[in-house]
Amino acid sequence: MKQTISVIVENRAGVLSKITSLFSKRAFNIESLAVGVTDDPTLSRITIIVDSGNSVVEQVEKQLNKLVDVVKVRVLNEHSIIGRELLLIKVNATVTTRPDIMTICEICGAKIADITANTLTIELSAESDKVASFEEMMRPFGIMETARTGMIALQKGAAKI
Amino acid sequence: MTGSQIFVQGLINEGVDRVFGYAGATICSLMDEMMKVEDTIRYTLVRQEQNAGHMASGYARVTGKTGVCMVTSGPGATNLITGIATAYMDSIPMVAVTGQVPTNLIGRDIFQEVDILGAVTPFIKHSYLVKDARELPNIVKEAFYIASTGRPGPVLIDFPQNIQDQEVKDPVFPDTVHIRGYNPSIKGNGRQLTHVIHAISEAKKPVICAGGGVFLAHAEEELKSFAHEMNIPVVTTMMGLSLLDTDDPLNMGMIGKFGNRSANKAMVKADLLIMIGMRVADRAIMEPNEVKRRLTTIHIDVDSAEIGKNMEANIPLVGDAGIILNKLSEQCTAPDTTEWRAFLKDYRTEELGRDFPEHPHVSPQRFMRKLGRHLEEGTAVCVDVGQNQLWACQHLYMHGIRFLTSGGLGTMGYGLPCGIGVKIAQPERKTVVINGDGSFQMSMNELAVVRANKLDLKIIIIRNHVLGLVHQSQVRAPFHGAYGVDLEGDPDFEALIASYGIPSTVLEDDDKTDEALEAFLNSEGPQVLIVNVDPMCSTTE
Repeated sequence: MKQTISVIVENRAGVLSKITSLFSKRAFNIESLAVGVTDDPTLSRITIIVDSGNSVVEQVEKQLNKLVDVVKVRVLNEHSIIGRELLLIKVNATVTTRPDIMTICEICGAKIADITANTLTIELSAESDKVASFEEMMRPFGIMETARTGMIALQKGAAKI
Repeated sequence: MTGSQIFVQGLINEGVDRVFGYAGATICSLMDEMMKVEDTIRYTLVRQEQNAGHMASGYARVTGKTGVCMVTSGPGATNLITGIATAYMDSIPMVAVTGQVPTNLIGRDIFQEVDILGAVTPFIKHSYLVKDARELPNIVKEAFYIASTGRPGPVLIDFPQNIQDQEVKDPVFPDTVHIRGYNPSIKGNGRQLTHVIHAISEAKKPVICAGGGVFLAHAEEELKSFAHEMNIPVVTTMMGLSLLDTDDPLNMGMIGKFGNRSANKAMVKADLLIMIGMRVADRAIMEPNEVKRRLTTIHIDVDSAEIGKNMEANIPLVGDAGIILNKLSEQCTAPDTTEWRAFLKDYRTEELGRDFPEHPHVSPQRFMRKLGRHLEEGTAVCVDVGQNQLWACQHLYMHGIRFLTSGGLGTMGYGLPCGIGVKIAQPERKTVVINGDGSFQMSMNELAVVRANKLDLKIIIIRNHVLGLVHQSQVRAPFHGAYGVDLEGDPDFEALIASYGIPSTVLEDDDKTDEALEAFLNSEGPQVLIVNVDPMCSTTE
């Protein structure tokens, strides 16, 4: 089962490697990982997705809590989070295919970030499964390259970790 | 002040009085300052950096203070890795300092540069790379605080050469520490405590399993009084050995694969298991699922991550062993364990009274029993790894002694440097080292430290000319015989030891054991006793 762990850490060099080392030491696989500074510049938020059982995730949570550089850890409930991924995708787009691509973009809420005579670069911020289906829709046009961030997430409502 | 001066002042502020180390190019500035405070901080030059870690460990375990080791960059740092890992596995409070190349050259693979922080990350409690000397007063204070509080462990400070020379105007040394990501929980949750008290009062056949965490919490007395007030039998892990005397009527011995039968019996027949300061390691509890299925389990540990890691507990309780044992002593009503204790007594009597098969030379089991009878109260017994360790664990008669060994990582070569650390910490404390002839050769170079410091250390070498514990596994199915375990090429130990100016004697027969021990333990200064043992002697006899 995929689970989302949100970790608030000291914004210092070397902290990320301490976190990832903790996963590799226990041979846990990370599905996705996203790091960014928070509103407090001394803190970063790391959002980690793991595909593991509850006992494994509970152990990960405890081990993360033991790290001195980790300020807070929370395993987020999948039903009460807002999760987003950012996709940048460059596709072949000729005069004839361009309108079709743009229609799909409109349906999916994606934006055109760049255009050339033969390509379109599109950005989409959405939940992971929507990002995946958008990518599928683009495949027939010819995907040149893509870049996807890991998922970032916050809890719904007023809750914070 | 320079970075080195701030650092050394920080050590003094933390009450450091001993440092074990190995000088080198990247810590010359630091050593210059260490020289100026040699009356306050006694520095010991080891012969290989790993042993600086083990000596700091021996020091820490008998004083309860944080051990300090200091080595140079590159190979000095990598040699120390095993010392750090050993301390980590046994939760020993330690601050390790490594020199590092100047900050502007880090990452260029210059001479004696290694990413020691990266290398030790998986087995260290916390680590620092000092990038600005102005941070040093805080870093030193934090390092000692983190190493010694909560579940203790090693902390590394990687200290670049140029930062050692960086000038700081009026550095401020903090009195307190505040780390927002580090707040060990020690008091114990009230509701969980109530569950524990209830379970104990209901139990018919309770058993306490005490581990090394009890020593780390300095809760030896609390454990003893709790067990006696409640009349609950006690088994220990290897790291918990010597918490109770061998002939304490509540002591059932050591559990596990290499443990005492009486202790394992107590585990099998109990209805409530109260685990205190132990981590359900695989050699102590081989079948955690079976234990979980059969017994109600209470797990008390200061590290919440240990509870449920190897075995789920019915009642988890996070907190300091001393604080919790005191609360339990106050609030628990003693269950009636008369029948239960009577039942176990026979197993213990049988265990302590049984004899061992005859082999040529000295019986190591009988030797351990006799050795214990000759030891003064307060003696530290520093035991290496292998058959020598298991014989000592199973059969050493313990009365008021402190048993020290590398239980977690099982690091061969730990015994001698650990004993040296103890002796340098507390010169008055009687200290005995027990080695095998394999493990002795992993750190015998440290005899130079014994000689240089005129340490009155008594060193026993159990000699059977093989790597015994591996040998004993290899000669049984599914393996096909001893291979790569013959210690061919061994030096003439007596001549070698004599070259360090240390006298030695050889014990050949069981009959002469008492006589030999008497002479050995009462001799002046360092002394080695070589005990010849048959290689077919096993720890499972």
